[in-house]
Amino acid sequence: MAAVTLSNIVKRFGTFTAVQKMSLDIPEGSFCTLLGPSGCGKTTTLRMVAGLLDPTEGDISINGRRVNDIPIHKRNLGIVFQNYALFPHRTVAQNVGFGLKYRPVDRAEAQRRVMQALELVQLPHLADRYPSELSGGQQQRIALARAVVVEPDVLLLDEPLSALDANLREDMRVELKNIQKRLGVTSIFVTHDQSEALAMSDQIIVMSEGRVEQVGPPEEVYNTPASEFVARFLGAANILEARVTDRQGDELALDVPGFARVVIPRARAPKLGDASAAKLVIRAEKLKLMPADSRDDTAIMIPAQVEAVDYQGQAARYFLRVGDHALQAINMIDVAPFAAGDSVILRLLPRDCAALPVT
Amino acid sequence: MGWGLIRLYAIAVYAFMFLPVAVVVLLSFNANQFGSFPMTGLSLRWFEALWNNDAVMRAFRTSLVLGLMTAVISTTLGVLASLALVRYDVPGKNLITTALIAPILVPEVVLAVALLLFLNWLGIGKSFALLLAGHVIFTLPFVILVVQARLVSIRRDVEEAALSLGASPVQTFFSVTLPLLMPAVAAGALFAFTISFDDITGTLFWKPGGVETVPTQIFSMLRNSISPEINALGTVMILLTVGLPLLGAAIARSLSTKRGR
Ligand SMILES: Nc1ncnc2c1ncn2[C@@H]1O[C@H](COP(=O)(O)OP(=O)(O)O)[C@@H](O)[C@H]1O
Ligand SMILES: [Mg+2]
Repeated sequence: MAAVTLSNIVKRFGTFTAVQKMSLDIPEGSFCTLLGPSGCGKTTTLRMVAGLLDPTEGDISINGRRVNDIPIHKRNLGIVFQNYALFPHRTVAQNVGFGLKYRPVDRAEAQRRVMQALELVQLPHLADRYPSELSGGQQQRIALARAVVVEPDVLLLDEPLSALDANLREDMRVELKNIQKRLGVTSIFVTHDQSEALAMSDQIIVMSEGRVEQVGPPEEVYNTPASEFVARFLGAANILEARVTDRQGDELALDVPGFARVVIPRARAPKLGDASAAKLVIRAEKLKLMPADSRDDTAIMIPAQVEAVDYQGQAARYFLRVGDHALQAINMIDVAPFAAGDSVILRLLPRDCAALPVT
Repeated sequence: MGWGLIRLYAIAVYAFMFLPVAVVVLLSFNANQFGSFPMTGLSLRWFEALWNNDAVMRAFRTSLVLGLMTAVISTTLGVLASLALVRYDVPGKNLITTALIAPILVPEVVLAVALLLFLNWLGIGKSFALLLAGHVIFTLPFVILVVQARLVSIRRDVEEAALSLGASPVQTFFSVTLPLLMPAVAAGALFAFTISFDDITGTLFWKPGGVETVPTQIFSMLRNSISPEINALGTVMILLTVGLPLLGAAIARSLSTKRGR
């Protein structure tokens, strides 16, 4: 059963429509991520689920109960905010225990649950501190403990990691995911960071301009984008104009003039239908640069020129030219990166390509 | 040389401002029966005389009650108004804010006369309630300015966190918003009390016959003679109007350092 259901949700601010006809099912116990660029309506959507905003149209249900008219404090939620939002005038233990005061829990039980929640986030020794005495990462863990201690029906997280610095962010994302899994709490996570979404989610909901572009598990959204927007938003992708030259069984032949002819599985082009024109999507990581004299009969080999190199430490981003086509590739660096001006061979596996309809 | 001049100038300004005050305080301890130099010795006789002066003590009680009531009402209204103006979308927000702040900008005499004329027009006579209303109108802007400034700095998501954890809006106000607002509420109340306690212009217009506050009492005593009691009364006034805010600030500071903020 879906723990949270949005049906035909519309949110307008005056004449501006922030969320348009959005329908979603968040499965029980899953970790779902609303992913999209800033301003696409993620926070607005989350705040409607929370009850901090009223939808203009449509229904929201939590555990099968329509909650449109239920105020936030009766929805049994946990919210983790971007800036922690701890109560500065209360100790860590009082912060974590706050929600229990409004539930039928006796003192001893409340104390036990507070300690349990603090142990869950590995900070039981900070119980008597004030929030201002904690680091950002510690504050966010306390905020998480405070949200889960009430055993919420849904945990809502609005960019909870983006106020932390890069290294801490990666540690926290593993920890957050572990805690979510351990508790099995249905979670809706909002981020504009695709690597965060890919690393943590059971389901990713890609949004753009108030609309859902695609819903699916990370591999699916990454490998088989449903639109050009999704392809471009999740990492660097090359998108090339192609003609469908043949359809046979489970396979589809695409011709990109001046580049290559590629035969891909039909499953990699679910939206294409019978169209004769298509767009071929090749992720930048899937284009492998090889020395100009390389041979490989199992793959497509395309001669190319390196125009520029963006060195990134363990990887490099190459700007390439094949005839009229400008391409990007991101490769791990083996020994030394190729240099600008080098002639190379691009190695491409057909199964790494996907095709989209021309819109 | 430039700095020396500025320093001299600063000292002169401070002397001009505080010397009269210092003189009053000094003379209030004078044993001499005239309220002027030379000092013939130190004594508390003028404070004792004050204590035994019924009119002064009555005025003092009136001022105290008036000040406290003004502080309570003004602070309550000020907090509510600030909440409405900062946290909710009230139509005509700017107009209301301007109207509430206006009493600071309008000369006090004009305000005093206006209120009096207005109530005359309504057929309501002078009363203690009118005096109180006048003081509330006059002190409200200070409370609103202080409380609003603080309220804007309280993040909305802290309140939203409380709501999400099951606290109703009223519980959220009392368990989160108000405690965080407390320094401003206390400052506002102190402001209201001292301004009310100190006020003479409006009070002269609004007070019903026979009721005196400390400032109007001093004023009427001065019309008859310059008694050394007035020096003592002045000293008490200074102690209250300067001491109370300082005390308040000290309490606020110690509270906030204890919380490590
Ligand atoms: N209270 C509001 N009034 C008017 N416009 C708003 C309001 N809240 C959000 N918006 C607009 O709605 C759009 C979506 O905002 P938001 O949901 O915060 O985006 P995201 O969280 O994806 O960055 C933005 O264009 C934003 O300017
Ligand atoms: Mg947002």
